[in-house]
Amino acid sequence: MARLSINGTMREVEVEPDTPLLWVIREQVGLTGTKYGCGIAQCGACTVHIDGVATRSCSMPVSAITEEQKIVTIEGLSPDLSHPIQKAWLELDVPQCGYCQSGQIMAAAALLQATPKPTDEQIASEMTNICRCGTYNRIKAAIKHASANMG
Amino acid sequence: MSIATELSRRNFLKTSAAAAGGLALGFHVPFTPQAVAQTETPEINAWVMIKPDDTVVVRIARVEMGQGTLTGLAQLVAEELECDWAKVTTEYPTPGQNVARSRVWGNFQTAGSRGIRDSHEYVRKGGAAARMMLVQAAANEWHVEPSACTVAKGVITHAASGRSTTFGKVANAASKLQTPNDIPLKDAKSWTIAGKPLKRLDTPDKINGKLVYAIDVQFPGMLNAALKNCPVFGGKIKSFDAAKVEQMPGVKKVVQVADTGVAVIADTWWRAKTALDALPIEWDNGPNGSVQSADIAAAQKEGLTATEAFLGNRNGDARAELASAARRVEAVYGVPHQHHVTMEPMNATVRWTPDKCEVWTSTQNAESALATAAQASGLPTDKNEVFRHHLGGGFGRRSTSHDFVRYAVLIARQMPGTPVKTIWSREEDMTHGWYHPTTQCRMVGGFDANGELTALHMRISGQSILATVNPNALQNGRDAATFQGLNPQGPEGQFGYTIPNLLIDHAMRNPHVPPGFWRGVNNNQNAIYLESFIDELAHSAKQDPLEFRRKLMANHPKHLAVLNAVAEKVGWGTPPAPGVFRGLAQHMGYGSYVAACAEVSVSDAGVLKIHRIVGATDCGHAVNPQQIEAQVEGSFVYGLTAMLYGDITVKDGRVEQENFDTYQMMRMDEMPVVESIIIPSGGFWGGVGEPTICVAAPAVLNAIFAATGKRIRQMPLSKADLRKA
Repeated sequence: MARLSINGTMREVEVEPDTPLLWVIREQVGLTGTKYGCGIAQCGACTVHIDGVATRSCSMPVSAITEEQKIVTIEGLSPDLSHPIQKAWLELDVPQCGYCQSGQIMAAAALLQATPKPTDEQIASEMTNICRCGTYNRIKAAIKHASANMG
Repeated sequence: MSIATELSRRNFLKTSAAAAGGLALGFHVPFTPQAVAQTETPEINAWVMIKPDDTVVVRIARVEMGQGTLTGLAQLVAEELECDWAKVTTEYPTPGQNVARSRVWGNFQTAGSRGIRDSHEYVRKGGAAARMMLVQAAANEWHVEPSACTVAKGVITHAASGRSTTFGKVANAASKLQTPNDIPLKDAKSWTIAGKPLKRLDTPDKINGKLVYAIDVQFPGMLNAALKNCPVFGGKIKSFDAAKVEQMPGVKKVVQVADTGVAVIADTWWRAKTALDALPIEWDNGPNGSVQSADIAAAQKEGLTATEAFLGNRNGDARAELASAARRVEAVYGVPHQHHVTMEPMNATVRWTPDKCEVWTSTQNAESALATAAQASGLPTDKNEVFRHHLGGGFGRRSTSHDFVRYAVLIARQMPGTPVKTIWSREEDMTHGWYHPTTQCRMVGGFDANGELTALHMRISGQSILATVNPNALQNGRDAATFQGLNPQGPEGQFGYTIPNLLIDHAMRNPHVPPGFWRGVNNNQNAIYLESFIDELAHSAKQDPLEFRRKLMANHPKHLAVLNAVAEKVGWGTPPAPGVFRGLAQHMGYGSYVAACAEVSVSDAGVLKIHRIVGATDCGHAVNPQQIEAQVEGSFVYGLTAMLYGDITVKDGRVEQENFDTYQMMRMDEMPVVESIIIPSGGFWGGVGEPTICVAAPAVLNAIFAATGKRIRQMPLSKADLRKA
């Protein structure tokens, strides 16, 4: 059994210790906003925050996480699309198919938390998630938009 | 209420955020006018339902996979309906309903950039007819002539008597009226909703995790399946040792799938996959187990000069002219297999009982999905139903084949009554695709003594898509789709140059790797071959590539207009920044004219940087300009990713690449600045989801030549040495 703090709620789940956090979030907890894309930490569709750090949950065994660590998924970012990143995504109409966007948004939110005024180069080097629809330039513009709005 | 309808209702509730409205009504209530009149959401016609609170529900027959068609089609209906855009919601009718109602929604297929260009007229008429009926209903109530009423933003007004009402108040009465016979449509010049850069309707649920993709479907008691098919195409399953994994956590059943695969069904997908990975399996690789990529390339090479070939486009006598040309230029190009890589892997959830088969999935053609489900379920068509979800990427994979539906049904049949979600792992997905076909192309150009281009022979050798996917569509063995963008005329790609002696033909050489429609399809490599070689011819004639093209394009003003637009925007003829070089390309496909100019630099170490790419599009009518810009940008990413990295290779009959570690995608750090010029010249309707892909690679390849003197003719670029020649 594992005890996990997800979006401010303590969850107890019956899983094998090597189960990736992604599948616990999706299958045991039932939060499906976090996506499966590759299973090998390449594409970033599964990105969540663990203590504020963007983490690829598909390759993070649940046994490596303690109950003191705070996990935040896309569903926990804000209750009402009010996070500056979500506002910027709305403003610039970023998503196309949208499947990678939960991960992109979580990566972008963590980036701005650590680096409130990122340069283009910092955005490009930190945002390594794959978007097959090709929304990269709108993502970059939205991060800068959010950064400016955060003052 | 049966369990089946209860499941459907739950599904409706889960998806209602994206498709608010009456999917459940549509499921429960037969679509007769009488029945509709009794529901709380009157159906004015197949395209429009209006709720008492004035909410408009627009039915969308095509599917949203990122291309923005959901919003664009809703804009076209709303434009003619004259409703309040803020009150517009959408829903997908099911293919079962379409069958039951004599295909009232027409074609569900969402491919070939056809979403808007093939349905704009009837969806606009749906909106206009609904508006006329709503106005008629109000006029009837007031005992006035409909022509004395005006309508704006869902409010109908009779100015003479100072009365007004709303769509929601008269919807019930309107739903009982006859559809008008004469349905005039607005001139595009008077559009106020269509043609505007409105925000997408589907964005909010795509940024908070709420949108339920097919892979996210959940039902009480649902089980999950992980699938493995024979890694060699054409092979079969020989045996598997179920006893070795049946005691693993969560495992319910190990089942054979057709004669090609095996699946583990478990309580969760992770446990199913873990057990499947531990399952001992023996494959019968069949006749293709020794095929290598080199064998496929050798067959193509033979076809480059073979006598027999299917004709694509001809005028004059290119062979004779080339034989006597004062100067000949010759080059061979090649494009390998590529994988679609939708971000959402193949999946479908199925509940099968002896009486009913229900499928929840991501499909680009729900009618094909329904036909596939009916074949696999063993039940008559009307005992099957397919519920659509927005796609996590399509790119042609989810229209080429519904193998993901077939296998999911075959698996669920072995768990009667229990919903089973089958998800393909990324590895299973990448090694069991329907790949962009591989071809080579031999280009030969001939100049006369005055240095004028007088002849061109373009010999394509390689794989046909239709020969495998839809052999009934071949014309005496010829695959017309091979010649996309190279045709004498027509919306599927008119050749943009006038050359006195022209021959374009195709030596078909089909390997065992299954081909598929892959966003842009055959336009992609045809544009690489043609636009790179035109550039070669220009340089060989010591002419400016733009001026060289202009001379050949005088009879093709629409092709030329977009080329001129990008040339003007980049300042062609003026020097770029130091170390930066430019390349051009133009193409017509999917009814639209496109061009691109790329600006690149190549370091001494051979590292490419694409600084900027400017694209121009003439799609006739621009329904949502900001979404066209998004499609142009995304198309550049799709085309450049293929050019940079797209390379599926075959070893011992099987695909070698399994995941993103060995099959790379372009990421943000490689993105150029993209500038998009939209030139909607009117008079026709062209697609925007694909055309720009075709010009992405050749524009960059031509710029690389300008920078390095190196002509890269074999894709992908990652295998080329770009250090200066």
